[in-house]
Amino acid sequence: MAVGNAATVDMTKSTEKTRKIRLPSEARIFLVLIGVALVFEALGWIIIGQSFLLNKERLIVMILQMSVIGIIAVGVTQVIITGGIDLSSGSVLALSAMVAASLAQEAGYARAVYPSLTGISVFWPIISGILVGLVCGWINGALIAYTAIPPFIATLGMYVSARGLAKWYTHGSPVSMLTDDYAWIGSGAIPVVIFLIVALIFHIALRYTRYGKFTYAIGANRQAARVSGINVGRHLIVVYCLAGLLSGLAGIVTSARAITGQAGMGMGYELDAIAGAVIGGTSLSGGAGRITGTVIGTIILGVMTSGFTFLRIDAYYQEIVKGIIIVAAVVADQYRQKTRRSV
Amino acid sequence: MGSIDNIGAVASPAPADPQGAKSEYLLEVAGVRKAFPGVVALDNVCLRIRPGTVHALMGENGAGKSTLMKIVAGVYVPDQGTMHLHGREMRLTSPLDALQNGIAMIHQELNLMPFMTVAENIWIRREPHNSLGLIDHGELRRKTQELFDALNIDIDPEIEIQHLSISNRQMVEIAKAVSYNSDVLIMDEPTSALTEHEVGHLFTIIRQLRDQGKGIIYITHKMNELFEIADEVSVFRDGRYIGTERAADVTRDDIIRMMVGREITQMFPKEEVPIGDIRLSVRNLTLDGVFKDVSFDVRAGEILGFAGLIGSGRSNVAEALFGVTPATSGTIEINGKKVDIDSPSKAIAQGISFLTEDRKESGCFLILDVLENMQMAVVGQKFVRGGFVEQKKLTEECKEMSAKLSVKTPTMYERVENLSGGNQQKVLIGRWLLTNPSILILDEPTRGIDVGAKAEIHKLITRLAGRGVAVIMISSELPEVLGMSDRILVMHEGRVTGILNRAEADQVKIMELAAK
Ligand SMILES: Nc1ncnc2c1ncn2[C@@H]1O[C@H](COP(=O)(O)OP(=O)(O)OP(=O)(O)O)[C@@H](O)[C@H]1O
Ligand SMILES: [Mg+2]
Repeated sequence: MAVGNAATVDMTKSTEKTRKIRLPSEARIFLVLIGVALVFEALGWIIIGQSFLLNKERLIVMILQMSVIGIIAVGVTQVIITGGIDLSSGSVLALSAMVAASLAQEAGYARAVYPSLTGISVFWPIISGILVGLVCGWINGALIAYTAIPPFIATLGMYVSARGLAKWYTHGSPVSMLTDDYAWIGSGAIPVVIFLIVALIFHIALRYTRYGKFTYAIGANRQAARVSGINVGRHLIVVYCLAGLLSGLAGIVTSARAITGQAGMGMGYELDAIAGAVIGGTSLSGGAGRITGTVIGTIILGVMTSGFTFLRIDAYYQEIVKGIIIVAAVVADQYRQKTRRSV
Repeated sequence: MGSIDNIGAVASPAPADPQGAKSEYLLEVAGVRKAFPGVVALDNVCLRIRPGTVHALMGENGAGKSTLMKIVAGVYVPDQGTMHLHGREMRLTSPLDALQNGIAMIHQELNLMPFMTVAENIWIRREPHNSLGLIDHGELRRKTQELFDALNIDIDPEIEIQHLSISNRQMVEIAKAVSYNSDVLIMDEPTSALTEHEVGHLFTIIRQLRDQGKGIIYITHKMNELFEIADEVSVFRDGRYIGTERAADVTRDDIIRMMVGREITQMFPKEEVPIGDIRLSVRNLTLDGVFKDVSFDVRAGEILGFAGLIGSGRSNVAEALFGVTPATSGTIEINGKKVDIDSPSKAIAQGISFLTEDRKESGCFLILDVLENMQMAVVGQKFVRGGFVEQKKLTEECKEMSAKLSVKTPTMYERVENLSGGNQQKVLIGRWLLTNPSILILDEPTRGIDVGAKAEIHKLITRLAGRGVAVIMISSELPEVLGMSDRILVMHEGRVTGILNRAEADQVKIMELAAK
């Protein structure tokens, strides 16, 4: 991939003292984003004689879709930096969407999940949705910190169970007739604003706080982190709690935008979020990654999804190509690490 | 860092040259240059090794010794320069290529797979197979035992590496390198993880190999080893070749002058400082199956040395004090108050700092930069306001510390894995000095550190003691223990066999207690 090549060329050229000129990794990913967008633009003109980028509606749909994945991806990024993984985001999103929606139904709606709790303040569904995410994250974190279960297995368990819980919650029926207040959360540009605020907070947290330093340290060398006085177990619980919380938040946004809660929401989002983080330069072996990269990585995915739809390419092909691109991103990541290490 | 394992490549046999010009040298390296981003590690370097000799390489931390050896062993490709083996020109493309050409290397950092057995690690890629094409474990075991018998090593071939102490791991690395039966054997600071006893053992092995006509390249920072084992010595400074001498013709001071270009007068700058009250008091500390009934006191301003052989439990006691592996029974008192330490974070809260022995496994964050590595412990206590790190102030402190320790790095933002071994060690020392401890535990503090920097670090330790810090120093280098300690605690097989005062201690007494 272009990313890897750029890196090597760069390294050999900068052998002496020109090191400072090296592009930050975000800049490289950003160039990839521009490249991808331009490819779709060109294909748009060639195949269907339309512009891809200069279409307001499409851009809005694209950005909204991406925001939900982006919120999850921010949480997942910090999990991956600690050397872990979170497969449960999509399911936790669904569960919290269901719970939040059930507390946001319109006053007097007879077939509400809790007929006595209809028309209450929008504060309650929000809090409960976030709490559901937090609790799921806490369970993930506690399992990982205090048993020897690897993150993959712990969150795989949550992936299955949370989805099951979401279906059980209303025995499969969707939760509808949500209040206008609640629906507002998903309206207009609000999801994008939420995503950007979340990204900004975590960007700052990872770069400028002790929380961030410890997160990288644990991913870089867990034993050394412990010996440096970091309470690794406690820190991991916080990291997974926050990841869960963000999935919960994504659940609220998703259900508010759709004005319904459904147990099938967020299917496969966890993989898109992981892919966004990895495309953005987060290393699956832990210790490296940035929120800015993840944001760009998620946008790249969003552009691709929307670009394929725009070109009216079959959903099957979309998935095939998406899979290839994710693998290519990981290969590029390995390659980058190898060149860094053995140069 | 390139290890044999992460640089797998297809081997290309060196061009055979039947008439190959005979040379009196086994290995000749000339005009080698190697640059990394921000540093020229080697510039126009040469080296010539005769068969049947032990050739020592010396130079300060970051002088380029390991880099040169990695070039000889096929890990790095030089930017310029030539290499001849048996008079034939060679261009190595990978470590495997080097092995097939008869060059084996023991790296400065251990490179064994922790979850594989000793035997599997040694014969990796060369496993014996049975008639079904499967790995023949019986034969594997037999071959390993045969190798260990020949080398007089007493380690169970079937044990997993993770259960071995680092000195035993080092012995496995040595056996593995010997097993290739190569013509050139490179040893990059093999003794930094060994105690005097195993060093003697290693030297016996080296002499055997030398007498078989092999060329052994031996990197060390220990002068006494140089005169004991080396026939010739080449010195490097700042990536340049300074010269080669016969070991018998030079003195310690000559070598130091070649290395650093100045004299180092005082080796162990021990100062008498007022000894205060008891800081740390340990009674009957026991970790089942590892050490038993360990009792001692350390006072403010005192340096208590820990001596003993491999597996004597010195490091385990330190780990228990710091809560890495808490003891099963016994008491620890700090300033007269009983404390319960079951994790490193609690130990740090009690004012204890602990430099671990294994810098790769429990020390460095290899993929993070120098700054992050240095600040990681102190950031848990200081330089934080409302969760935000006061990075500017902290960066200043770290820069100051790294200047004090003369860490050689292009910038504070260089990844630690790109630093030379000795400089990584300095970064770790810096990490703990920044925490301003009242009890400082150092496990092999000067491991892999050059003579000049060593004296600096000893001075820093002495100065800390002068400020009332209680210091525990574990060291396998007897001159260091003797030179720096007020009292010396000797352990053998998990028990304290004696505590000697500075005045009465000498090498013989310590060795007697250590082997009791
Ligand atoms: N992979 C790398 N990337 C960048 N710089 C490197 C790399 N490897 C070594 N260096 C630099 O090259 C110089 C020489 O390093 P080298 O490891 O050869 O030193 P050394 O003589 O072995 O020192 P020590 O005694 O501390 O082991 C150092 O300044 C080091 O920072
Ligand atoms: Mg070295």
